[in-house]
Amino acid sequence: MIPERVKALLLPVAALVALEIWARAIHLQSDSLAPPSAVAAALVGAFQDGSILIATRDTLVPAFAGLSIGGAIGLAFGIALGIFHVFDRLMEVTIEAIRPIPSIALLPIALIALGFGYRMEIVIVAFACIWPILVLSRAAVGGIEPRLMEVSRALRLSPADRVRKIIIPAALPRIFLAFRLAAGIALIVAVTVEIAINPIGLGAAIMTAQQALRPELMLAYLLWIGIVGYLLNTGLVVAQNHLFGRAALVRDPA
Amino acid sequence: MPAGARQAARCAGLERPQIAFSNVTLVLGGKTIVENISLDVKPGEFLCIIGASGCGKTTALRLAAGLYQPTGGAVSFDGKPMLMPRRDIAIVFQDYGKALLPWRTAAGNVSLALEASGVASSERAGRIDQLLKKVGLPNHAEKYPAEMSGGMQQRLQIARCLAQEPKALLMDEPFGALDAMTRQGLQDEVLSLVRASEATVIFVTHDLEEAIYLGDRVIGLSPHPGRIGIELKIDLPRPRDQLTTREDPEFLRLRRELFDFIKASEA
Repeated sequence: MIPERVKALLLPVAALVALEIWARAIHLQSDSLAPPSAVAAALVGAFQDGSILIATRDTLVPAFAGLSIGGAIGLAFGIALGIFHVFDRLMEVTIEAIRPIPSIALLPIALIALGFGYRMEIVIVAFACIWPILVLSRAAVGGIEPRLMEVSRALRLSPADRVRKIIIPAALPRIFLAFRLAAGIALIVAVTVEIAINPIGLGAAIMTAQQALRPELMLAYLLWIGIVGYLLNTGLVVAQNHLFGRAALVRDPA
Repeated sequence: MPAGARQAARCAGLERPQIAFSNVTLVLGGKTIVENISLDVKPGEFLCIIGASGCGKTTALRLAAGLYQPTGGAVSFDGKPMLMPRRDIAIVFQDYGKALLPWRTAAGNVSLALEASGVASSERAGRIDQLLKKVGLPNHAEKYPAEMSGGMQQRLQIARCLAQEPKALLMDEPFGALDAMTRQGLQDEVLSLVRASEATVIFVTHDLEEAIYLGDRVIGLSPHPGRIGIELKIDLPRPRDQLTTREDPEFLRLRRELFDFIKASEA
């Protein structure tokens, strides 16, 4: 196990060393590139003055708030659409018409309505998160084993119990997968909104570093966004295995 | 009613039918699946339905369960029309793997039926233990269905059905996917469980010997569309025994008769 991991690190480390040697050899003077050592120093510096932590908070708060709001809306609609086919038919055109709108295209409207800050960013992230969760939870509910629905009919489960005891647990592993996908989208959209217009968070910090002609700081933020995204996904994967470990075993019977 | 009196009443034909089909026809997607089935099942009777595949056996069972509504005619239970499934009618599905909740343990699966019937949570644990013991799974309460063999999963489904305290148990080829040894063991267990609970049973199978071994009466359906083609009363002594019952000349005669019927209906 350990040797494999070391092997996986070999190439990136070698590339970093090569980049460092090359940058020093030519006495790199650039607005877009910086030697790895300078990037690392900038990252440490940003941690020391706390600026990167504030920026991270300002990105994650709207990202998670938007994810929660959009996820809740998408989940409610997805489950309802998966259960009631009539509702699905009625909403189909409306949903397919709204869904392709890029969330970033809402920026001008959101800016006029809500101004700079968390609220505007939350709305845009929420809009982006609704769709993957809606579409995937609708499919998850539609894909539930029909026999289970017959069992719930035979037992005369109330509609609420049917949703709570059969539909949600049966669809949960796939809904969680949708949630993971949406979490990635939330981070991307939040940073994009910040780069485009909102003067807070990691996206805005990258723009500031760029305009201050500090490529090493810009790259440090870029690296940090990658690390945050990686940690977010890893955390969710761990949570998923923890929650559905034995259910996952059930999913593919031997 | 004590079992003896019940038996006597049954023989005299005094009891009104518990499940009654009158001229039941079902058309699904423009195709007639079953046609003009009339059938009375008495309380406590063990009725087996056999027939070639695609003859509408399972459909007949689903009509009895209230999962389908007939296109023509009517199905009634205890004299009342069946308009939807009832909790006192339990269905054992053939595909136990799909009918159990994979995210719940054995105990949790049995609990579902108790929750549905509104049994207080304080009472559930005791009832679950009792039911799992009844079907021979006393030490598997915390196992998930995927961790159990096919036979065990089917026992678990039966336990969940018994938790409904059903007046009628509808079984759809419950042992079709199990090996011969497991199947014979479960046949005897079902017979003793049913005798203890006095439930009415409709048992669908494609195994002629199984039908004769278990039933008080066997009905054979002819295909395209499904209709009653043969009806045999099984007067073999009870309790039945895997060896002696199956060697009884009457058993062999009945088997021959059903075999000829299936062959003729497939021709």
